Amino acid sequence: MKSPMKKHTNDVILESSTTFITFIIFLFAVYLFFAGHYTPGGGFIGGLVTASALVLVLLAFDIQTLRQILPVDYKQMTAIGMLISVLTASGALLFNVPFFTHAHDYFNLPLFGKTSLHTAMLFDLGVYLVVVGVTMTIIQTIGESD
Amino acid sequence: MIAISDIFVAAFALIGTFFSLVTALGLIRLPDLYTRAHAASKSATLGVMSILISVIIYFVAEDGFFSSRVLLGIFFVLITAPIGGHLIARAAYYSDVPLWKGSVQDDLAKNPEHVNPKKRSTRK
Repeated sequence: MKSPMKKHTNDVILESSTTFITFIIFLFAVYLFFAGHYTPGGGFIGGLVTASALVLVLLAFDIQTLRQILPVDYKQMTAIGMLISVLTASGALLFNVPFFTHAHDYFNLPLFGKTSLHTAMLFDLGVYLVVVGVTMTIIQTIGESD
Repeated sequence: MIAISDIFVAAFALIGTFFSLVTALGLIRLPDLYTRAHAASKSATLGVMSILISVIIYFVAEDGFFSSRVLLGIFFVLITAPIGGHLIARAAYYSDVPLWKGSVQDDLAKNPEHVNPKKRSTRK
């Protein structure tokens, strides 16, 4: 993690704990995202928790390291999230039902068995991407300005 | 009728609240930042973990529901709270917060790689 900027402090404890705490936080965010339909959680809080995991990486290392780990443009991520949400909502128009009508059905997935899949989850995926994208855009923009 | 689990729930909850109270008393009574960080990071961690253990036992005994989130919370507090205490104490040391006047040992002051080694005042 040699950055061009001079870095005096020896952050071994913070950095090595961040490397696995980030995975716990990210796992919890994925759990919150998928649990949102039946228990508290959902796209918004899942996105915020994911953003907090990324902010922890940003605190322990620096902004170049985060770009190396996750080379995504967060503004594009926001746009893709919006697109997914709008397309999910307008997909209902293809089936001659009102805008935003959701559908769900039961499928036999190979690993999970009988699972209820709901198109509201796709909408939630869009919300998730928008929240992560907006939060990280705000924080990176503030962090980069000198 | 009192089940055995009730005793465990009450015992862990009481231990947790006792250690939380000890934390609060330590934050008020101890003289400088380093001893306070010691009190806050150690006994608060133990207090919160005991209360969460009590929560796990309560829901397993009452509803038969094992909450893995609370287990993850115990694990998470166990890892992060001491690191928080360490970082606060280190940030204080590097910004030259004085030690308590009764402190007898300061090995880090002899470290030549110390960031910005100002003359440390221990307030005689």
